[in-house]
Amino acid sequence: MGKTIAEKILSEKSGTDAYAGQIVVANVDYVMVNDVTGPIAFREYEKLKTKDLRKDRLVLIPDHYVPNKDILSAEQAKEMREFASKHGIKNYFEVGKGGVCHQVMIEEGFAAPGRLIVGADSHTCTYGGINAFSTGIGSTEACAAFTTGRLWFKVPETIKVELTGRFVGGACGKDLIIKIITDIGVDGANYKVFEFHGPGIANITVSDRLTISNMAIEAGGKGGIFPCDRLTEEYIKDTAKGEWKAVEADGDAKYSSVLRYDLSKIVPMVAYPHLPENGRPVKDSDVKIDQAYLGSCTNGRIEDMRIAADVVKGRKVADGVRFLVVPASQKVFRQMIDEGIMQTFLECGAFVSGPTCGACLGGYMGILAAGEKSVSSTNRNFIGRMGDKNSEVYLAGPAVVAASAVAGKIVTPEQLEGQ
Amino acid sequence: MDKIEGKVWKFGDNVDTDQIIPAERLVSANLDHLNDFIFEKVRPGFAQQAGKGDIIVAGKNFGCGSSREHAPLSLIESGFSCIVAESFARIFYRNSMNIGLLLIECKVDAEEGDVISVDPDKGEVEAGGKIYKFPQYPGFISEMVKAGGLMNLVKEGRL
Repeated sequence: MGKTIAEKILSEKSGTDAYAGQIVVANVDYVMVNDVTGPIAFREYEKLKTKDLRKDRLVLIPDHYVPNKDILSAEQAKEMREFASKHGIKNYFEVGKGGVCHQVMIEEGFAAPGRLIVGADSHTCTYGGINAFSTGIGSTEACAAFTTGRLWFKVPETIKVELTGRFVGGACGKDLIIKIITDIGVDGANYKVFEFHGPGIANITVSDRLTISNMAIEAGGKGGIFPCDRLTEEYIKDTAKGEWKAVEADGDAKYSSVLRYDLSKIVPMVAYPHLPENGRPVKDSDVKIDQAYLGSCTNGRIEDMRIAADVVKGRKVADGVRFLVVPASQKVFRQMIDEGIMQTFLECGAFVSGPTCGACLGGYMGILAAGEKSVSSTNRNFIGRMGDKNSEVYLAGPAVVAASAVAGKIVTPEQLEGQ
Repeated sequence: MDKIEGKVWKFGDNVDTDQIIPAERLVSANLDHLNDFIFEKVRPGFAQQAGKGDIIVAGKNFGCGSSREHAPLSLIESGFSCIVAESFARIFYRNSMNIGLLLIECKVDAEEGDVISVDPDKGEVEAGGKIYKFPQYPGFISEMVKAGGLMNLVKEGRL
């Protein structure tokens, strides 16, 4: 019987003939932890009193509460730094040399087609955008994985997503994934992976694919995997570390269900509080905002910055609105300067910071007061996600976030033209 | 495993990990006091009333969202004997199995304050005079739970 991409990767890495529903123990290519999830894993490791440690396979990326937010988070970040130093782990990305963990995993070439990667952060599923099987795990199991090089996996069922056409009218990958989550619900893909198919894929940029895969978890998904094509190869050619191998599904692979989308029918979407499944077309919205947030592992790449800068060029951020721009990595930050994008943002009245997870998870640098509303290019709009329990987060793509910053309410760039 | 009896605290669908333990409490891995803050945004005062021996009964997709192990850890620390839900989100399920928080996947009709009983070996929940059946854990997970969690498998060279 044929296999899905997930079944193929898990078969190869476990040395078994794996199909959906089985539990396998597989060799992982890389394990990533961040400053929040790392310390719990490090303490488990020290308890083991072992010398086994897959040093070259462990990647440490502080991003959630760095630069240190307060004394407690400073201690937490210090614990990670000291663990790296004590055990001689070279893949440690200090503040100023890294950024948001998933962006760094891709830029530094740890993520690549055909690999099995786990990370103690739920958005580890992002690398499915470049044909990896990657998924979020907890801290204790991250420790098990970087100690033994192995971890247990339930081989997931796969939802086939057939894509045709191309985006029009300013729609993008964020709109497609919000639409999918809205259609199937926040548990619509629980324990499953999405596998993307069809001629529409060639019309989706790799950056947009990463956005789509990133939010597979918001439907409960274990991952969202794209095939490896010419665009993928181009995207990773200068960065991928070591050998990698593209993986395709078999023609007779078994899928739990099939979803079909014509990209030309996707319109700019916004997910209302307090779940990502509350998507509506932006044009049907009338929401005044206090803040617009552009950044995160979902939409903090250079492509997102370019799209947003095009929208705000020659315009000003509306009175009463804070426009926060947080690139996902030091590299993106630098590109923004090199391309003149930084100047565009500063001239329009945006606040621009260096890379951090920051306010995306309600950490710091953009927390909302009671009653405040933010349109945000991030991935979650749960109760109190970015601040007070009575604040609200509206999820949208980078163009809508930028246009909303200028309009003071949630709009598309097209609607902005008409004003 | 012994039969468990406990008082019900009722929750709905899609209880996310930000509700269980808000992100702003994740600035430290020193977990001694994390249980003081469970559900602080959605049910202020909950941590002070609920815990030891109690049972959370919830709807679909309990534990969705972030991979933070602080969520099951803080529930263990609070002393909940188990979580009964119609379904669990994947990473929360993994974390709980790995570190020893008992999860019962079962749709149960119970009200807040009811006392219900759970028999993990028989695969039964008794609530309001009714019996609800639930399936046993799959083989590997059952072995891991019996071993006392994932790190014991690692210590024994069984992973």
